[in-house]
Amino acid sequence: MVTVRSIPNTPSSLTPNDLPWIIEHNQDRCTLCGRCAAVCPVGTLKLAYMRKRMPHLVLSSTERGSAYKTFVGIRQSTEVSKRCIGCGSCSLVCPNEAIHPIHNDIRDRFRFLNNQQGEPAKRGGRRNVPGASLLDRIVFDRISMLTDPALDAGRHEFSCNTLLGRVLPPEEYVRRKLAGEWIPPVREIFPFVIGSMSFGALSPNMWLGLLQGVAYCNEVLGIPVVMATGEGGCPPWVLRSPFLKYIILQIASGYFGWDEIIRAIPEMQCDPAAIEIKYGQGAKPGDGGLLMWFKVSKLIARLRGVPEGVDLPSPPVHQTLYSIEESVMKMIQTMSMAWDFRVPVYPKISGSTSAKSVLNNLVRNPYASALMIDGIDGGTGAAYNVSMDATGHPIAANVRECYLDLCAQGKQNEIPIFAAGGVGKNGNVTQNGMALIMLGASGVHMGKYIMQSAAGCLGTETNRCNVCNIGLCPKGITSQNPKLYRRLDPDQVAQRVAETFMSIRTEMKKIMAPLGRSQSLPIGMSDALGIDDKDVAERLNIRYVC
Amino acid sequence: MCRLAMKTASEPFSPFSVLQAMEAMQEGYDGSGLGLLLRGLKFADYKYNAADPILSGIAHTEEALARLDHLMDKAGFTLKYDHEYDVKKAMIEAQDRHKYILRVYKKPAAWSKLSPEQVEHELMLARLSLRADGEAHGNDLTAFSLWPDVVMAKEVGWPLEIGLALGLDSGRITSRICMAQGRQNTNYGINLYACHPFFIQGVATMTNGENTAFVPIKDWLSGRSFPGYIGYQSDSEVFAHILHYVTKQLKLPLETYKHVITPLKNEELAVHPQGDFLRGLRDACRRLIIDGPNAVIGTLPDETSMLVMDAKKMRPATVGGKPGEWAIASEMCGVDAMIPDRDRSKDFQPMREHTVIIPPDRQELQIWSQFDQFPIHRAA
Repeated sequence: MVTVRSIPNTPSSLTPNDLPWIIEHNQDRCTLCGRCAAVCPVGTLKLAYMRKRMPHLVLSSTERGSAYKTFVGIRQSTEVSKRCIGCGSCSLVCPNEAIHPIHNDIRDRFRFLNNQQGEPAKRGGRRNVPGASLLDRIVFDRISMLTDPALDAGRHEFSCNTLLGRVLPPEEYVRRKLAGEWIPPVREIFPFVIGSMSFGALSPNMWLGLLQGVAYCNEVLGIPVVMATGEGGCPPWVLRSPFLKYIILQIASGYFGWDEIIRAIPEMQCDPAAIEIKYGQGAKPGDGGLLMWFKVSKLIARLRGVPEGVDLPSPPVHQTLYSIEESVMKMIQTMSMAWDFRVPVYPKISGSTSAKSVLNNLVRNPYASALMIDGIDGGTGAAYNVSMDATGHPIAANVRECYLDLCAQGKQNEIPIFAAGGVGKNGNVTQNGMALIMLGASGVHMGKYIMQSAAGCLGTETNRCNVCNIGLCPKGITSQNPKLYRRLDPDQVAQRVAETFMSIRTEMKKIMAPLGRSQSLPIGMSDALGIDDKDVAERLNIRYVC
Repeated sequence: MCRLAMKTASEPFSPFSVLQAMEAMQEGYDGSGLGLLLRGLKFADYKYNAADPILSGIAHTEEALARLDHLMDKAGFTLKYDHEYDVKKAMIEAQDRHKYILRVYKKPAAWSKLSPEQVEHELMLARLSLRADGEAHGNDLTAFSLWPDVVMAKEVGWPLEIGLALGLDSGRITSRICMAQGRQNTNYGINLYACHPFFIQGVATMTNGENTAFVPIKDWLSGRSFPGYIGYQSDSEVFAHILHYVTKQLKLPLETYKHVITPLKNEELAVHPQGDFLRGLRDACRRLIIDGPNAVIGTLPDETSMLVMDAKKMRPATVGGKPGEWAIASEMCGVDAMIPDRDRSKDFQPMREHTVIIPPDRQELQIWSQFDQFPIHRAA
């Protein structure tokens, strides 16, 4: 046994097998081109000279019994800050398929040490809960066959759109229309909305690609898709463009970007789709937005009116807010007034047991246009692990209880509820969205899904990549570094956006047709839902099926 | 699928003639029941004043009948005429029918100070209290309608046989409107209330087809806090309630019913003369959009009759007739049976945009298209 001091042994020492991702390198196939080491976003790979002994039997006493050989190979860093994130960029560039990361299925030790310098673990991305989500398990089981004919998804006309905006009760609508009074603005939109991702969280190329794709969906495909900006404003040219009508502008507690927006109002060619006031988000309830310094580039600094290279943590709460009543009065009405009461204004909150209280307050305010609830499975650009993993409320039950509460008051058509948080996290975006719609949501927001589908985001629920926070996105989706974001072609993103929404629209028809629905989006059609879990069925007030 | 038959004529006729038309369409239904609504009544044994409310229902036991007497008495109603059906019990499947009720009452004297709308409300509440009383006692009392000039009957069995069992072939009761439907609601559990036609405050509809948007519509109507919007043992009951809501609550013209249940598409509204109003109405009444397939036949208190289709038009219905006499049925043979001596070339099958209206004078058929301007003087 050797002395202890000759082994590199500190409390934070790790071996490759302790890490969440292990690099598997096949030296026989390696050409030593070095591309993997060059492309690795976290610098975990190093080309290294290594030496090994080549023992051989020697009978003559004049020769030594062993020879040494040096060779060049790949070494994986075991430093906490440089651990492999599993993004797989190395295998993407390898000409000979000689290298790839493998997920460490044995519980890694890394998680116990990911708090160096007393800084708790942070990441971007997702909640990392693999396996079928609750939404994935909901089936549409009221099939039209003999009592009424099923519809032909390919030939019938389907009305797939939803409403965003305050809808008056019919009596009040007729009265106001006759009296020539104000009718609240209502937008007819596609029920799958590109959720709030800021022009700071996303790279300029990603943002441009999304906007191009959204414009194509609206103007060529006739799918009225809208996208939300997130906190951080909107590029000045977009504010003054006719594309603003496809954009939901978000105002959050940092008010970033709103100087530019307010200044642009007189020059706007059209109104924005809506204004979203963010009070909370699903991935990190109770936290404000966080744009880490890595991503505060010159452009972002200019848009947000801040110095370059500083962390931009938004406060957890709007400084003007002392109570919900005040918030509703001050912010919703101020925002409504800014656009002369022509633009729907609605709050976005984290999924929470208090969501119903917020909703009931909104019901009593004639200017509140909707409620957006973001559940615990929502994604984010940057958050503490503990916030993302353990804080928040799943979306399904939250939406359902809010919807049933509105039904009890007969107001389910007046305040649309939008839902988010894990929609499409396993790829079943239309199924997840339609399940939420039939539970009572008027539409859903999706962020991670659109990044994965439209831009090839590498993240998975096994904590692959998920480094959106540090600006090193290997695909150039969430980076402000031109070297990285130039990898992403906005035209190709736009094309994928269009393909994604065409596919969602077709899948919506394939869900609606067997249910015998085509004339209106089946909001609250809970009689068509079933799940193989009695407790969940009871909680959601849907049918238990097995 | 069930079969529907409706006849409206200036001269009262026997409901049995409509049941014979049902027989002509017998291949299209399972013969599980009969629902009947008569309007514009004439009794052979009694000179009826059309302002007096008529109670229709079933007392399943003697005790239920006694409770009914007590409740009506307590509410201030005075019995004027108690029609005894010539019941042939052996022809009726159900064993628990103590008495089929068709009673004419005099309204409570205290109501004389009430406005017509208040009277209508009180009549509805009185009917609902009878229904609630029956439901609280094991469904031993069924109240279909309590309304001036309206009689309803619902029973399980083959429609023509039920007609014979109730003696409807005797000619003792005739009416200017008869709506008949030949099936119990076999899609769900059989419940007499679930059988069409459905009735609320003088508004009645019967429907062919399954309403796939039933639950969201029901949820919305239930949230209106209007005492009459209850029941929903059948998915088709919402059609009657929507018609009631549009004409009585929103006080919009009959034509807007079609715009509420099957609104036009955006591109159609863009060129409609009232597109702006209708688009807002579509949004406000969004939860009332039906999703068919349905053919809806309705009648109103003023003896207007109507027929509309869902937007997919996947259920059949034909209307035909001559001045003074019109019939609507699921099949042409049904219309033939009711009005054989008409000009068949003028029969009409409405398309998705049409509302067929037969006004109370019954002189002509009005075919109104959803694409046309409608006579909304108030919202013009």
